[in-house]
Amino acid sequence: MDKVTTVDLRAILREANVQEVLDQLDRELIGLAPVKRRIREIAALLVVSRARKQMGLESVTPTLHMSFTGNPGTGKTTVALRMAEILHRLGYVRKGHLVAVTRDDLVGQYIGHTAPKTKDVLKRAMGGVLFIDEAYYLYRPENERDYGQEAIEILLQVMENQRDDLVVILAGYKDRMATFFASNPGFKSRIAHHVDFPDYTGDELSQIAQKMVGEMNYEFDPAALTAMREYIDLRASQPHFANARSIRNALDRARMRQANRLFDAALNHDAGTTSSALTSITAADIRASRVFQGGEDPPAADDKRQP
Amino acid sequence: MRVTQGTFSFLPDLSDDEIRAQIDYAHSNGWACSVEFTDDPHPRNVYWEMWELPMFGLKDAAGVMMEVAACRKAYPTHYIKLNAFDSTRGVESMCMSFMINRPPEESGFGLVRQECSGRVIRYTTHPYSTDKPPGKRY
Repeated sequence: MDKVTTVDLRAILREANVQEVLDQLDRELIGLAPVKRRIREIAALLVVSRARKQMGLESVTPTLHMSFTGNPGTGKTTVALRMAEILHRLGYVRKGHLVAVTRDDLVGQYIGHTAPKTKDVLKRAMGGVLFIDEAYYLYRPENERDYGQEAIEILLQVMENQRDDLVVILAGYKDRMATFFASNPGFKSRIAHHVDFPDYTGDELSQIAQKMVGEMNYEFDPAALTAMREYIDLRASQPHFANARSIRNALDRARMRQANRLFDAALNHDAGTTSSALTSITAADIRASRVFQGGEDPPAADDKRQP
Repeated sequence: MRVTQGTFSFLPDLSDDEIRAQIDYAHSNGWACSVEFTDDPHPRNVYWEMWELPMFGLKDAAGVMMEVAACRKAYPTHYIKLNAFDSTRGVESMCMSFMINRPPEESGFGLVRQECSGRVIRYTTHPYSTDKPPGKRY
């Protein structure tokens, strides 16, 4: 008679503390419902696959390389960080750190410069997750001598042969990633999970704004909240809108206006500034933005995607 | 004759898993690993050749093991050692160094006697393998 062995999936989940990371993801990231669902599915697959391994049913490591597609500022890097944590807790990567790179970090400037550079990045990422932002820049079909191809070949080789050592996550705009995969079938076949990040809705962005000011120890007064909501709608209709990143930049500028306002007030009246004045951002701070006059805010300093 | 140099040299050769554990130890101390090789049998004769650059900022042993494997493949019968460098200001020196590869047969050293003036006799050692030029020794 066969001995029926059982394996406790809950025990694996509990032991790995994955639930904690998933809950944290739910709590800290606003919106992104389809992404959270996908991450949960991937986590479930990994837990089951680990259980199967314990029972001796599975010997090969599942392919874990992923692609994150979506517009700028939709939380791809943040989710990648969490993903590294999940993979680490389930024992699929040994150290669980994230190495975020772009084309510049992988591709060299002259012949023979690319391979050591790419290998160096790969070595640093081993035991963790390699996050390649805007991966499509690696492939430049218009220049057949482009060194990107060399980096791609090394990447592919390591992705295939050292699956136990690192997990690669490619990220970028959806349409350009599709073109990239179409011209590099090697990548497409080695990537198991495609996760698409939707844009945030206005309400979600408003919640994100509140969360951001909360984290910086500021708060909106009610009029400022309405102003922010209007700002979001206006800004979203303008070009180069980068979701949560645009909001963060808008808040940085609002903070600057608030500081100026307090400074001027202090110079003119010479009265003490209260702590509530220091923490509150008013409607005037937000409404002073050029977006309300039909203009554009200056491009964000860290927004590398802008042409 | 078995050349002994560096840490663990009186122990049997380390297995790959043991080497990996040592690399993890080095990384946990914030040391950077590097691989060097030579075919000169006397440790004090030469500076060893570097295999690639020292690997700073690594978190896991797999990256170093990749270079170890590559070096062993290129120089299967050379001496290869693994160094761990501490870059802390004021320390800035090797903190660990051990051999991870050696020739299958080490020919050893002969004793050379030199008769000098005034009936003085001097002795020195001579490695047999250095009779051949570098690259053709093992």
